[in-house]
Amino acid sequence: MGFTMAEKMLADRAGRRAVFPGELVEVPVDLVMGNDITAPVAIRQFEAAGAKRVFDPERVALVASHFVPAKDISSAEQTSIMRRFAREQGIVHYYPEGTGGIEHTLLPERGIVVTGDICVGADSHTCTYGALGAFATGVGSTDLAYAMATGRTWFKVPESMRFTYYGRRNRWVTGKDLILYTIRLIGDDGALYRAMEFTGEAIAALPMDDRLTMANMTIEAGGKVGLFAPDEVTLEYERGRARRPLRIYRADPDARYVEEYEIDVSRLEPQVAFPWLPSKTRGISEVGHVELDQVFIGSCTNGRLSDLRIAARILRGRRVHPNVRLIVIPATQDVYLQALREGLIEIFTEAGAAVSASTCGPCLGGHMGVLGRGERCLSTSNRNYVGRMGHPEAEVYLASPAVAAASAVTGRITHPDEVLRTEVA
Amino acid sequence: MARAWKYGDNVDTDVIIPARYLLTGDPAVLAQHCLENLDPRFVPEHRPGDVIVAGRNFGCGSSREHAPLAIKGAGVACVIAASFARIFFRNAINIGLPVYESPEAAAGIQTGDEVELDEAAGRIRNLTRGESYPFRPLPPFIQEIVRAGGLMARLRAELAAQEAAPAPAAAAADPRQAAADPRPASAADPRQAAGGDGR
Ligand code: SF4
Repeated sequence: MGFTMAEKMLADRAGRRAVFPGELVEVPVDLVMGNDITAPVAIRQFEAAGAKRVFDPERVALVASHFVPAKDISSAEQTSIMRRFAREQGIVHYYPEGTGGIEHTLLPERGIVVTGDICVGADSHTCTYGALGAFATGVGSTDLAYAMATGRTWFKVPESMRFTYYGRRNRWVTGKDLILYTIRLIGDDGALYRAMEFTGEAIAALPMDDRLTMANMTIEAGGKVGLFAPDEVTLEYERGRARRPLRIYRADPDARYVEEYEIDVSRLEPQVAFPWLPSKTRGISEVGHVELDQVFIGSCTNGRLSDLRIAARILRGRRVHPNVRLIVIPATQDVYLQALREGLIEIFTEAGAAVSASTCGPCLGGHMGVLGRGERCLSTSNRNYVGRMGHPEAEVYLASPAVAAASAVTGRITHPDEVLRTEVA
Repeated sequence: MARAWKYGDNVDTDVIIPARYLLTGDPAVLAQHCLENLDPRFVPEHRPGDVIVAGRNFGCGSSREHAPLAIKGAGVACVIAASFARIFFRNAINIGLPVYESPEAAAGIQTGDEVELDEAAGRIRNLTRGESYPFRPLPPFIQEIVRAGGLMARLRAELAAQEAAPAPAAAAADPRQAAADPRPASAADPRQAAGGDGR
């Protein structure tokens, strides 16, 4: 009898020959992560419980990304709790502003989380690392405190769902469109408590950045992990990056899934999620006339270099529509630097965008682009819940960087082809 | 007796406690903004001991533990939902906020109903409507965490055990295990201890 990727990873690390969905297992963690919102709460718990040292200062990553550079006095005080703890504990992977960026882009990029890891992070989008073939999932601050102290965590072995993507992607159809379409298909809790496994010829042809985008939004379908079996693309990505040996796990051919979906990507067009749920997604041809006040290109979902390159290709030599504010935020310091070297920052600035240092900022309605009452924003991030980016009556639409850049030019939600008819993808 | 506050499906953590209030971990402060993006009447009108009842996927979205903390800080006795998002569920257990899965209760209970929980019988009673609904019992492993008073109480116990016997089998199995120097269990965080029996 065969096993899914999630089952094989958990069985192996729990020291068992096999595990089955529903079982509870305790496993060692290879990496634990906290950010400037969740780590301070965890640090207080850790200290109140009487723990003195983290289990391994090289296996704890603390990343300041949400309210940094500090937006006010309280956020400065939150990050200072993390800074003090990082110094006291000798945390190797501590990244204050200017050195890191958004955690979920940073940790894979620098090879801090690697293929085959078991990772818990006190942030729901920790599932992003499933793109590398890591069993990575979000937890809260108390789980973070426990894992920091013991190097262990517990999991319920999830049931697995398999998503097979076939066919050739159309121009402008990216990983973002595949995952938005998938969430539309199964709903906001369609993968609740479950592992999502992404596979098929269209996945084999998908670059790592797009896989990271897809795994990132696993949580928007309620999923526990979103797994991509390691392949050539994975190994190429990890080469020269991974700081530790990789562990390769793949599902058995006769593994058992609770649900299976087959998706023909050649029939997909760019997708747009309407307020106020990621599942309220439509194909761009069904969007109609939706005027915008703001466009945000960034976040852990779509703030990587390839995202900025697509946006720059559309914005080069064009101007942002006078009714729109365009905010571009490279997800990490490395992305920022490379974008600078490639002239992308110049293109955005000339087009009339506000470009800032790496931060989550507007994605969570934190700072650097908070929405007012009734405002409408197209965002490349992952959530469009009520009040997510500011006022509860503001509207957030989700789409890819290509759609975002094109829409910034026209002032309404727009297919990239309308702005850039002659370019070849 | 508890009054119910009833909400729909997909109540996400951004409406339970918006990000702009995440600059503190103090449950009393968080409680002042609990559910304000969804139901501005909740904060001024709820009474300690009231319960929140909702549809599917309660607590979806971000991993912010501030969400169950805000609910617990508001004095809510428990949350009953048709289903919970997994991180919220885990967080609630970890901080000692009782959560019960019951699609039947979620369908039957309306705002303002008087409800009563009968843990021993595994039933939720709706006194207003004269109905009663089953709820799914928590797995024993999780019940243990709840009984211990949350995950931190378990950690304190483990640290104390390590001090008593420096190399217990579980810790020795993992060479990365750092030798901890625990404080006695009496240093318990009172907020956790209050989670005690999960009520
Ligand atoms: S960019 Fe948005 S979704 Fe990603 S970690 Fe930051 S706040 Fe969370």
